[in-house]
Amino acid sequence: MSPDLLKLIFGRLTIESLPLHEPIVVGTFAVVATGGLVMFAGLTYFRVWGYLWREWFTSVDHKRIGIMYMILGIVMLLRGFADALMMRLQQALAFGGSEGYLNAHHYDQVFTAHGVIMIFFVAMPLVTGLMNFVVPLQIGARDVSFPFLNNFSFWMTVGGAVLVMASLFIGEFARTGWLAYPPLSNIGYSPDVGVDYYIWGLQVAGVGTTLSGINLICTIVKLRAPGMTMMRMPVFTWTSLCTNVLIVASFPVLTVVLALLSLDRYVGTNFFTNDFGGSPMMYVNLIWIWGHPEVYILVLPAFGIFSEVTSTFSGKRLFGYTSMVYATVVITILSYLVWLHHFFTMGSGASVNSFFGITTMIISIPTGAKMFNWLFTMYRGRIRFELPMMWTIAFMLTFVLGGMTGVLLAVPPADFVLHNSLFLIAHFHNVIIGGVVFGAFAGIGYWFPKAFGFKLDPFWGKLSFWFWVTGFYLAFMPLYVLGLMGVTRRLRVFDDPGLQIWFIVAGIGAFLVFLGILSMLMQFAVSFLKREQLKDVTGDPWDARTLEWATSSPPPAYNFAFTPVVHDNDAWWDMKKRGYVRPLLGFKPIHMPSNTSTGIILAGFATAMGFGLIWYIWWLAAASFIALLAVGIGHTFNYQRDFDIPADEVIRTEDARTKLLAGAK
Amino acid sequence: MSRLKILALLPLAVALSGCNYIVLAPAGDIAAQQRDLVVISTVLMLLIVVPVMALTVLFAWRYRQTNTTARYEPDWDHSTKLELVIWSAPLLIIVCLGALTWMGTHLLDPYRTLGRINAERAVDQSKSPLEVDVVALDWKWLFIYPDYGIATVNELAAPVNRPINFRITASSVMNSFYIPALAGQIYAMPGMETKLHAVVNHSGTYKGFSANYSGAGFSGMHFAFHALDDKGFDGWIAGAKSAGGSLGRAEYLQLEKPSQNEPVRRYGTIDSDLYRLILNMCVETGKMCQSEMMAIDAKGGLGHEGLNNTLPLAYDKYARRGTTLGPEPTFVAGTCTPEAPQGQTTAAIKAPLDTAPLLGAGLKRPTFAPLKSSSFFLGQRPKSDS
Amino acid sequence: MTIAVNPTQSGEPIFYLADEHPHPEGWSTSLGFWIYLMSDCLIFAILFATFGVLGGNYSAGPAPKDLFDLSLVAVNTSMLLLSSITYGFAMLTMAQNRIGATQMWLAITGLFGLAFIGIELTEFAHMIHEGATPQRSAFLSAFFTLVGTHGLHVSCGLIWLVTLMVQVWKFGLIEANRRRLMCLSMFWHFLDVVWIGVFTFVYLLGVLR
Repeated sequence: MSPDLLKLIFGRLTIESLPLHEPIVVGTFAVVATGGLVMFAGLTYFRVWGYLWREWFTSVDHKRIGIMYMILGIVMLLRGFADALMMRLQQALAFGGSEGYLNAHHYDQVFTAHGVIMIFFVAMPLVTGLMNFVVPLQIGARDVSFPFLNNFSFWMTVGGAVLVMASLFIGEFARTGWLAYPPLSNIGYSPDVGVDYYIWGLQVAGVGTTLSGINLICTIVKLRAPGMTMMRMPVFTWTSLCTNVLIVASFPVLTVVLALLSLDRYVGTNFFTNDFGGSPMMYVNLIWIWGHPEVYILVLPAFGIFSEVTSTFSGKRLFGYTSMVYATVVITILSYLVWLHHFFTMGSGASVNSFFGITTMIISIPTGAKMFNWLFTMYRGRIRFELPMMWTIAFMLTFVLGGMTGVLLAVPPADFVLHNSLFLIAHFHNVIIGGVVFGAFAGIGYWFPKAFGFKLDPFWGKLSFWFWVTGFYLAFMPLYVLGLMGVTRRLRVFDDPGLQIWFIVAGIGAFLVFLGILSMLMQFAVSFLKREQLKDVTGDPWDARTLEWATSSPPPAYNFAFTPVVHDNDAWWDMKKRGYVRPLLGFKPIHMPSNTSTGIILAGFATAMGFGLIWYIWWLAAASFIALLAVGIGHTFNYQRDFDIPADEVIRTEDARTKLLAGAK
Repeated sequence: MSRLKILALLPLAVALSGCNYIVLAPAGDIAAQQRDLVVISTVLMLLIVVPVMALTVLFAWRYRQTNTTARYEPDWDHSTKLELVIWSAPLLIIVCLGALTWMGTHLLDPYRTLGRINAERAVDQSKSPLEVDVVALDWKWLFIYPDYGIATVNELAAPVNRPINFRITASSVMNSFYIPALAGQIYAMPGMETKLHAVVNHSGTYKGFSANYSGAGFSGMHFAFHALDDKGFDGWIAGAKSAGGSLGRAEYLQLEKPSQNEPVRRYGTIDSDLYRLILNMCVETGKMCQSEMMAIDAKGGLGHEGLNNTLPLAYDKYARRGTTLGPEPTFVAGTCTPEAPQGQTTAAIKAPLDTAPLLGAGLKRPTFAPLKSSSFFLGQRPKSDS
Repeated sequence: MTIAVNPTQSGEPIFYLADEHPHPEGWSTSLGFWIYLMSDCLIFAILFATFGVLGGNYSAGPAPKDLFDLSLVAVNTSMLLLSSITYGFAMLTMAQNRIGATQMWLAITGLFGLAFIGIELTEFAHMIHEGATPQRSAFLSAFFTLVGTHGLHVSCGLIWLVTLMVQVWKFGLIEANRRRLMCLSMFWHFLDVVWIGVFTFVYLLGVLR
C-alpha cells in the first residue's frame, strides 16, 4: 500500500508506535494481556456477559454505578501504584553514576502517568463512587435526578481511563508532569502523541465528571425526603453538595484550558506559545484555578465520611453540626481564592503573593474547626474501634501533619525554598493519602455491608491498615527530610550518595503500602468467601444514625418501599429511638427508570473519537463524532424511559426482608 | 499510633546530625531569613498541632468502648463556649502567621534590593552589587557577567558578602533557578525576566540546579556555585577571561541546542547585547524583538501591513515543525535593526537603609509601580514602559 | 411541596409516606439545565478572561480597528436578537397549544440563527483570506476561539432546534416536548446574553481600543 493511503487510514500510527523495543512495557503488556484473556475467557465460560451487560453496564441504578466507580478506582489504583513503585525503585537505584533502570523517556512518562491516574482515575472515581452510592440513600431518594446521565458519566470516566491505559501499549504518555505546563507541552517540545493522550483522556473523563456533578447537585437539592431541610442533611450529603458545586464550577475551566492547549497543538494558535504574543503563564493560572478546587473536590467528601464514621462509632451525635456545615461552605468558597499559591515563585510581587498566602492560611481555620469537631464527637462517646474508625484516627493524626506543612508552604518566603522540592511531594501525599485515601477506605469499610450485605473481614482489613499506615510514614517522612536537604522533585539520577539511604527507606515504605494493597484485595476475597459468616441481615450492622441504614443490605432497586419522613439530622437514629415500626402492608407499584445501553455506546464513540484525534486518524474522529451525534439525537426520540415495579414484586421483596429480620432476632 | 510515630521519627533524629540540611543551614542571608520563617511558622503551628494530636490519642484511648467508667453522653452535641475556642484558637494562630507572612513576603521579595549583608552588617551603598544574567537553556545554565564581559556554562561564582543581582530568563521552556544555600528559587521563563537579589556569607562550593521539570535532560541540569573571597573571585574572573572563546549570537544559537550533562565552559568575551536579545527572543537575525513588538502593540499594532511581515520559520530547535492542521510555522520579521536602547525592566523595589530584621515595626509600605492589568497575575512585570 | 410531617392527631410521629413520592418526571430538569448553563457560562467566562489578557497582543499585526466591520456585526447582532424574540413568540404560542404557529416561529428562529452563522462565517472567511488567521497573533487566536465557541453553540442550538421541531411534529406538544422547548429557550436566550458580551467587549471596545 502506498504511504499516503496508509497515512489516510492509520494517521501517524505506525508499527513503530508500539513500544516493542521497551522490554518493561512489553512485559507489562504480556501480563495485562494474559490476565485480560483469562478474565475474558472466564466470563465467557461462565456466561456472565449477558448478565453483566443487562444488570450492570447498562444499569441506571445509582448503587450499581457507584459500585462500578469504586471498581474502576481500585483497578486504576493498581496501575497508578505500579508507577509509584517504579519511581521509588529508580530513585533508590540511580546513585553514584548509575542511571538506574529507566531511561528519561520512560521515567518521565511514569511520573506523569502516576499523577494523572492517581488524581483523575483513582481518587475521583473513589469519591464519585461513594457519593453516587450513598447520597440518594442518605436523603431517602429512589435514584439520582438523571439516572441515564449518571450511567453516561460513568462510562465517560471509563473512556478517559481507557485512553490513558492505551497510551501504555500504543504510543506513549505525556512527559510533562501531571499538569502539562506549556511551552513544554506545546507541539514544539512535545511533538508526539503523549500530550494528546493526556488531553483527550482528561477531556473525555471531564465531561463525565461535570455531568455527574450537575446530577448530584440536582439530586441533593430536589430529591430530599420530606422533612429533611438543608440543616437536617447528613454531613456527608452536605460535603457532597459542596464538592459537586466545586466540580461544576471548576471542571469547565479545565475543559477550556485543555481545549486551548489542543488548539495550540492542532491548528497552531498562539495561546500558550512563547512567540506571537502568547502567554504560557496564562495556562499555569487557568489550570490552577481548576486545580486548587480539585483538591477540595477530593477531600471534602472524605471529611464527610469521617464525620459519619466518627459519630456512628462513638455512638454519639456529631459535635457542632452547624459549625461543621459552615466550615464546609467556607472551605468551598475559599478554595477559589488560593490558586496562586502553587506558583509564588513566578514572581508576581509581594502583595499578590501575600494575599494568596494568607487566604490559603485562612482555609486552615475551618479545617481546624472540623478537626476539633471530630475530636469532641469522640469526647464522652463509646468508641468502637472497627476498621472505619481506625482509618479515621489514622487520618486525624496524619492529616494535621499534612495540614501543618501545607500552611508552611503557604508562607511565600518559605515556599521559595521548599517549592517543587520533595518536601512538597511529601506534603501533598500526606494530605491526599492521609485525607482522601484513608477517607475512601474508611468509607469502603463503612458502607461495604450496605452495598453487598456482608461485612468485610476484619483480620485482613487490620493487616492492610497497619501496612498502609506504616508504609505511608516510611515512604513519605524521608521525603520531608530530603526536601529540607534541597532535593527537588522529578529527578531521575542523583550525584550525592548521602541521599541514597533516604530513598531506600522510602522505597521500603512504598513496598509496605504495596503489601497493604494486596491485603486489601485479599480482604475482599476472604470476605466474599466468608460472606455467610459475615452476613448483615439487619441492614444496620454498625448501629448507625442516617437513613441509608433504614433499608435492607443490599438495598432493593427502589431503595425504600415507602419514602421516609425525616424529623432529625440523625434520621434513622431518631426513628430507632422513637419506636419506628417497619410497615408491612400497603405497598404500591414503584416508578423507576429503565436501563439503557445508550450511555456506554455514546462513551464508546467519544473514546474512539479521542483515539482518532490523538493519532490524526481523521476519518475515525469524524465518523465517531457523527455517530455520537446520531446516537445522542436518536436517544431523545425514546420517550419511554421508565417502568413501574409492580406492587407484587415490592411485596415479595419486602416479605423476604421481613423473614430475614425475624430470623435475626 | 503514637508509638508508630516515634518509630518513624527515630531514624530521622539519628540522621539529623549527619546530613547536609542545606535548607536549614544555608550560607546566604536571604536563605537564612527564609529558614527562620520556616522554623518560626512551624513552631507557631505546633502550638495547635501537638495538642490536637495528643487529644486525639487521649480521647481515643479514654472513651474506648471497653472503658465503661468513662462518661457517656450520646446526645451532647453542642457547646457555645467550646465552639468559640475551636474557631478562635486556629484564628489566633493564623492572625500571627498572616502578619508574619505579610511582612516576610515583602521583606524577602526576590525583586527587592538588599538592605543588609547579614544580621550585623548593612549593605555598603557605595559599592556596586555583582550583576549576573542567568539563562536557562535546554538543559544547562548560562551565566553572563555583563560587568566583566565573560560568560560561563554550568558554573557560577560570586564573592562573599557582596550583593548579587540576578536577572533570569530562559530560552525555551520554564525552569526554576535555585541555589538552596544562597536564596529561594524563582522561575526562569522564556521571553520574561524575573529577578533575584541575594548575598552569600560563607565561602564554599554549593549546588545549584533547576527546580522545575523541563524535559528529558532535567536531571543533569545542575551547576556548582562557588562562593569565593574577593581575591579568589578576581582570580576566577581572570581565569575565565583567559579561557578564550567568545560567545556571540552565532555561538549562542549553537549552544542553545538541546544537550544534556554539559561540562563547565567559559567564554572570555561576549556580545554585550546578547542577554537582551535572548530575553526578547530575537537572537536570530531578522526576528522582531519582543520589546519592539510590545511597543508596537501598545501603539495599536501594524495594521493590515502587519499581516505581511511574517517569514517562514527556518530554524527550530528540534526540527522545522508546525502543527498538523495549521499552516507552516512562521516568525514575525523585525522592522528595524534591534539597536533600540534596552527598556527599563522593572521599577526597583528598594530596601530601606534601616537594617532592622524581620520585625517590620515602623516600616513604610513598599511602593509599587502600577502593573498593567493584563500582567497582574501572570508574573510578567512589564518589560518596557515605553 | 406541602406534605404533612407533623405528628398525627394521636401524637405518633409519621416516619414514612404511605403514598408514592410526589416527584413527577422532569422534577429536576429545569434546575439541572440552569446548573448546566452556569457551567457553560464559566466556559465563556474563561474565554473572555483569555481574550482580556491576550486581546492586546497583536504581535505587530493588525488590531481590532483594522479588522472589524462594525456595520456587519450590527446586522449579525440584530439577527440573533430577532431570533430570541421569535423564540419568545414560539413559547407564547406553545402556551396557547397552537402547534402550527409554534412550529412556524421555531422555523423563523432557525432561519435567523442560520443567517447569524452565515454572516459570522463570512466575516471569518474574509479575515482569514486577508491573512488575519488565528495563527497570526494571540489576539486573533483569542478572538476566533471566543467568537467561534459562541458560533459553535449557536450551531448546536440549531441542530437541537431541528430535532425538537421533528419531535413536535411527530409527537405533538406533549409534556416532555414542552419541557425540552423550555430548555432550548433558556439555552437560546443564554447565547443571546453571551453575544451581547461579545459584541460589547470584543467588537465595540476592540474598535475603541
